[in-house]
Amino acid sequence: MSIRSIKLRAIVGALAIGGALGVASAADISGAGATFPYPVYSKWAEAYKVKTGDGLNYQSIGSGGGIKQIKAATVTFGASDKPLEAKDLNDSGLVQWPMVIGGVVPVVNVPGIKAGDLEIDGPTLASIYLGEISKWNDARIKALNPKAKLPDLAIAPVYRSDGSGTNFLFTHYLSKVSPSFQSKVGANASVEWPVGIGAKGNEGVANMTQQTSGAVGYIEYAFAKQNNMAYLRMKNAAGKVVAPEAGAFQAAAANADWEKAEGFYLILTDQPGAASWPITGASFIIMYKTPKNAADSLAALKFFAWAYKNGADLARQLDYVPLPEKVVKLVEKTWVASIKADGKPVWTEK
Amino acid sequence: MVLSARLRREARAESVFRVATLTSALLVLALLAGVLLTLIHGSWPALKTFKWSFVTGERWNPVADIYGALTPLYGTVATSIIALLIAVPISFGIAVFLTEICPRWLRGPISTGIELLASVPSIVYGIWGLFVLAPILQHSVQPWLIVHLGPLPVVGRLFQGPPYGIGLLTAGLVLAIMILPFITSVMREVFRMAPLSLKEAAYGLGATQWNVVWDVVLPWSRTGVIGGIMLGLGRALGETMAVTFVIGNAHRISASLLAPSTTISAAVANEFAEAVGDLYTSALFALGLLLFVLTFAVIAGARLLMMRLERGTVQRA
Repeated sequence: MSIRSIKLRAIVGALAIGGALGVASAADISGAGATFPYPVYSKWAEAYKVKTGDGLNYQSIGSGGGIKQIKAATVTFGASDKPLEAKDLNDSGLVQWPMVIGGVVPVVNVPGIKAGDLEIDGPTLASIYLGEISKWNDARIKALNPKAKLPDLAIAPVYRSDGSGTNFLFTHYLSKVSPSFQSKVGANASVEWPVGIGAKGNEGVANMTQQTSGAVGYIEYAFAKQNNMAYLRMKNAAGKVVAPEAGAFQAAAANADWEKAEGFYLILTDQPGAASWPITGASFIIMYKTPKNAADSLAALKFFAWAYKNGADLARQLDYVPLPEKVVKLVEKTWVASIKADGKPVWTEK
Repeated sequence: MVLSARLRREARAESVFRVATLTSALLVLALLAGVLLTLIHGSWPALKTFKWSFVTGERWNPVADIYGALTPLYGTVATSIIALLIAVPISFGIAVFLTEICPRWLRGPISTGIELLASVPSIVYGIWGLFVLAPILQHSVQPWLIVHLGPLPVVGRLFQGPPYGIGLLTAGLVLAIMILPFITSVMREVFRMAPLSLKEAAYGLGATQWNVVWDVVLPWSRTGVIGGIMLGLGRALGETMAVTFVIGNAHRISASLLAPSTTISAAVANEFAEAVGDLYTSALFALGLLLFVLTFAVIAGARLLMMRLERGTVQRA
C-alpha cells in the first residue's frame, strides 16, 4: 500500500468521524451555566436519552458564564444559581424559572461537638464571619446553646474562594438578617471577606473545616450529607430551629410566594414557615421568549417537562430537592404564556 | 542543462522553505501581539476607572465594584521568592551531585526521577498540597515556627498568627517542588558543558571538589544558571491550579507568611467563571495584563543581566 492511499484513508476516516459527531451534536439540546446543578442535569440527561434518544450537551462553566452564553445566543438555555432581575430579563427578551432546589449548610469542627449538637441564628453567624465573635465560648453562642460544652477555642471561618452560587446564597442570607454584614460585605458570588481563609470548591471547604480545629464553614447540602459533616441546626424566620433535611428545603420553596415574584425572581433565603431551612436557593434556567430556533427550544422544554415529571427520584438520590408540584404548574403556565414563535406558544401541554 | 534545471528547482524549494520558516517565526510574534492587544482591550474599562490605584489599591470588592491588585501582586511575588529561595540551593546541590560526584549507576534513576517530577500535572501538586502537605504543616511545622520563631524581633513577624496549614508559605513550598526539576535540568546541562580541561587543570593545582564547582564550573556556566533560575521563576509566577488550592485565597496583605493570601493567576481562576458585570470582568483582564507585564519584565531583566555578564566574560578573555 502506498503512503498516499494510507493518507487518503486517514482523511476519509477523519471526515466520517467528524460528520457523525456533527450529526449527533446537532440533535442535542445545548445549554451552559451553573456548576451546582450539573450532577443532576447530567443524570436526568442520561435517563432522558435512554427514553427518547435526545441528548443534552450541558457545559458547566459557572452561572456567570451561563448568563453570558445565553445573552450571546450561543446556547438554547442558560443556567444560573443567581436569578436575573425582571428588568434585565425584559431588556434582553429572556424568561427564567427555577429548576431544582439546593441548600447551604454551616458545618463546624469543634472538639466534642457532633452533627446537630449546636444551633445558631443568622445574626450570630454573620458576626462570626465579620470577625466580631472570635471564640466558641462567646456569650452569644452560649446563649443559643445553654447545655452544650463550648471550649475556649478560636473560631476559624472558612469560605469558598471561587465565585459560586453557594457563596451567593450564603452572603445573601447573612445580608438579609444582618444590616452590618449587608453594609460591610454584601451579597455576591465573590465578596471581600474581612476574616477567614478561602478554600476552593465544596471539597476544599469541607477538607479545610475537617482539618482545622475550631473551624466553621458552609457547603452545599448534598456535600454535607454525603461526607457526614458536623452541621449546625439553624433558627429560621419563624423563630423555629430546624435541621438541614430535604423536607426543610422543600418547605422553604413551597412557602415562598412565587406567584407574586415577577420573572420568578426569588431567592429562597430566610423564607417564612416553621419548617423552612433559612439558606435555601433554587437553580434557574434562562431561555429566549421568542427563540430564533423554535424546534431547539421545544426540545429543551420537553426535556425540562420530563425532568419535572419523572426526575424527582433521581434528584433525591443525589440529595437535590425537587421543585414542589405547585411551583412546577406555575412554571409550565409561564412557558405557555411567555415562550412564543410566530405568536403561538412553543410548548403546549400534553 | 539537466543540472541547471535541477539547481533551479532546488533554489525554488529553498526559498519556499525559507518563507515557511519565517512565517512560523512571525506567527509567534503575531500571537504575542494578539494576546497583548486582547488583554489591553479587555482591561481598558478597569484601568480607565481606577488608573494607578488598580496597582496600588489593596481592596478587591466585587460587591462595591472596587478593584485593587496589590494583594495578588504581592502574593505572586512573595510565593515566587519563597519558591526560589528553597528550590535554587537544592537544584544546585542535585546538579553538582549528578555531574561531579554521583556514581554512574545512580545517575540514571535520579535523572529519571527529576524528569518525572516535571511531568506531574499541577492539579496533582495542588491536591497533594491540600490533603497531604497542609495537614503536616498545620499540625507539626507551623506550630513549631510560631512558638520558636514568632517571638523573635523583625523575623518573628513572618511567623505569627494561627496555623491554618495553607497560606503563602505552603504555596511557596509547593511551587518550589514544582520548579525544582526545571532549574535542576538546566543547571545539570550547563555544568556538564564545563570544559574538562579547565576542571582537570584546577584539580592538578590541588583544588578540592568544592573549589572546582564554586570557582571553575559555576563562573563558567553562570549565564546558563541564571537562565535556568529565570525559567523556574517564570513558571512560579504564572502557576495557577496548585497555588489556588493551597494559598488560602484571601484578598488581604499581612506580614505573616502563615497567613492566607492570593496570587494573580489564582484570583483569575477563582473568579472569572462567575464574574458578572463589565467592570468586574475587566478588572480580571487587567490582572492578566499585570501578570503579562510582570513576567515580561522578569524575562527582560534576566536577558539584560545575561548580556552584561557575557560581555564581561568576553572582555576579560
